[in-house]
Amino acid sequence: MKRDLLLFVCFSLLIMVAPQLFEGGYLMNVLVFVGINTMLAIALNLLLGYAGQISLGHAGFFGLGAYLSGIMTTTYSMNPWVAMPVAALIVGALAGLIGFPILKLKGHYLAMATLGLGIIIFIVFNETVDLTGGPSGLSAIPNLKLAGLSFDSDVKNYYLIWAFTLAVMLFSINLANSRIGRALRAIHDSEVAAQVLGVNSRVLKVQIFALSAVISSLAGSLYAHTMTFVSPASFGFNFSIELLTMVVIGGLGSIYGSFLGAALLTLLPEFLRGANDYDIVIYGALLMVMVMYMPGGLVRGITSLFSKFVKKSGADHA
Amino acid sequence: MLRLKNINTYYGKVHALKNVSLHLGEGEIVTLIGANGAGKTTILNTISGVTPASAGEILFCKEPVTALAPDKVVQRGISQVPEGRQVFKPLSVEDNLELGAYLRYRNREGKASIHKDMDLVFSLFPRLEERRRQLAGTMSGGEQQMLAIGRALMANPKMLLLDEPSMGLAPLVVQEIFRVLERLRRENGTTILLVEQNAKAALKLADRGYVLETGKVILEGPANELLENAEVKRAYLGKDKKEMWER
Repeated sequence: MKRDLLLFVCFSLLIMVAPQLFEGGYLMNVLVFVGINTMLAIALNLLLGYAGQISLGHAGFFGLGAYLSGIMTTTYSMNPWVAMPVAALIVGALAGLIGFPILKLKGHYLAMATLGLGIIIFIVFNETVDLTGGPSGLSAIPNLKLAGLSFDSDVKNYYLIWAFTLAVMLFSINLANSRIGRALRAIHDSEVAAQVLGVNSRVLKVQIFALSAVISSLAGSLYAHTMTFVSPASFGFNFSIELLTMVVIGGLGSIYGSFLGAALLTLLPEFLRGANDYDIVIYGALLMVMVMYMPGGLVRGITSLFSKFVKKSGADHA
Repeated sequence: MLRLKNINTYYGKVHALKNVSLHLGEGEIVTLIGANGAGKTTILNTISGVTPASAGEILFCKEPVTALAPDKVVQRGISQVPEGRQVFKPLSVEDNLELGAYLRYRNREGKASIHKDMDLVFSLFPRLEERRRQLAGTMSGGEQQMLAIGRALMANPKMLLLDEPSMGLAPLVVQEIFRVLERLRRENGTTILLVEQNAKAALKLADRGYVLETGKVILEGPANELLENAEVKRAYLGKDKKEMWER
């Protein structure tokens, strides 16, 4: 527990000084996205990596948060700080309601059901033109303001987003180490065994699904208020798959893994931009190589490489 | 202590238990024997609420527990050791045991009493203490069975439901586990309902037994009588095969 806290403090310090290391500009904007994607990957990881329940519709919850915040603050001129929790509450309630029937499904069937859910939400964004602006999107969403300070630059947004991301990380690490975290991993491994120990797996699965949706919605709201523009294209099926890839590449059941996965998948396309048309090919090949050689995810892959290295250099000294 | 009255359970359209009635007194060890598909596991799952009965009544300590969800049944004091052990393989031995006390943590029961029970489990199965930080999946079958029993004990149950604890284990390990069950009854007064394929070992340990066939109780009685019963011998104890051949 103490080690976890130390690691978290070090990580937070790193995040805080990062803007000083990179001279602002476009990279700051990308790092804002790393923060948002980290939050989303953690949300999905709690569900998939810990509780073992797949969701292919998480882009939908992300989008709902973004649109609800956007609509409430533009059409109904609500304060963004109020709109954010209201959106999260609505999304959480919705996820809880839908979660009860669909989380009875397992494996492929759950994947199909959540996939359908994501697609329905996507269609709603596109078709309810009066409310969402349809395919052309919703613009002029206000920035968040705090005591006269408006979060309207990349650097300010960086600190805003990462404050939330770090809070979500700390919360998730604590949750994972609690008795609830243990129960989630138990459900993952054997639902019957978890049940006969007194874990109400049905309710717990719905709860973690709703929590995951709430975090995704929060990320969506933050996205809307930093970008000030949302359109359905950002919340499609592709993005759900991208989130899934982040979680798997980073490592199932690892909170820092979600950060690494999100960082890698967000930064990689930027670095590959120089390769012109070949970027997609390299991107795909890199993912394949990583899954082949680090099947447990980046975090476990790196730690085992590191421990091998330490052992080897230790042997050399002897 | 536990009484099942005319229990009927279905899996979809399959009628798995047909008017099953049985009872256990406090501190008793009772065994259910029968062939594959006779309904032994279903009885345990029906008691623990995993596959609820569609008709009939289950009384535990004179209170109905028929339609209770599995977590409520655990709360009343019935713990199940599921078939095939089902320990949580990616979790450490200690985490597995703490999961057994899941509801006690929720009820804000002091950590001291939970840790006392963990020490009790370690005194019953010293090998688990040696391996407390090891991942459950890396242990042998016998050790995993010990862990599964220890995990169920962490709920501090009045009654233990065991589903084929001898499955796939070496005879010596089975003996060790059965000795612990006896000790549990002697020292803690735990009531035990034991489902077994290994009918001989089970009847030697138990006070009474029920013989099941295709969802029905066809025979019941004191364990030593069942051991001597010709029909039981022929069908479940693998004796007198010669007679069958000759006939």
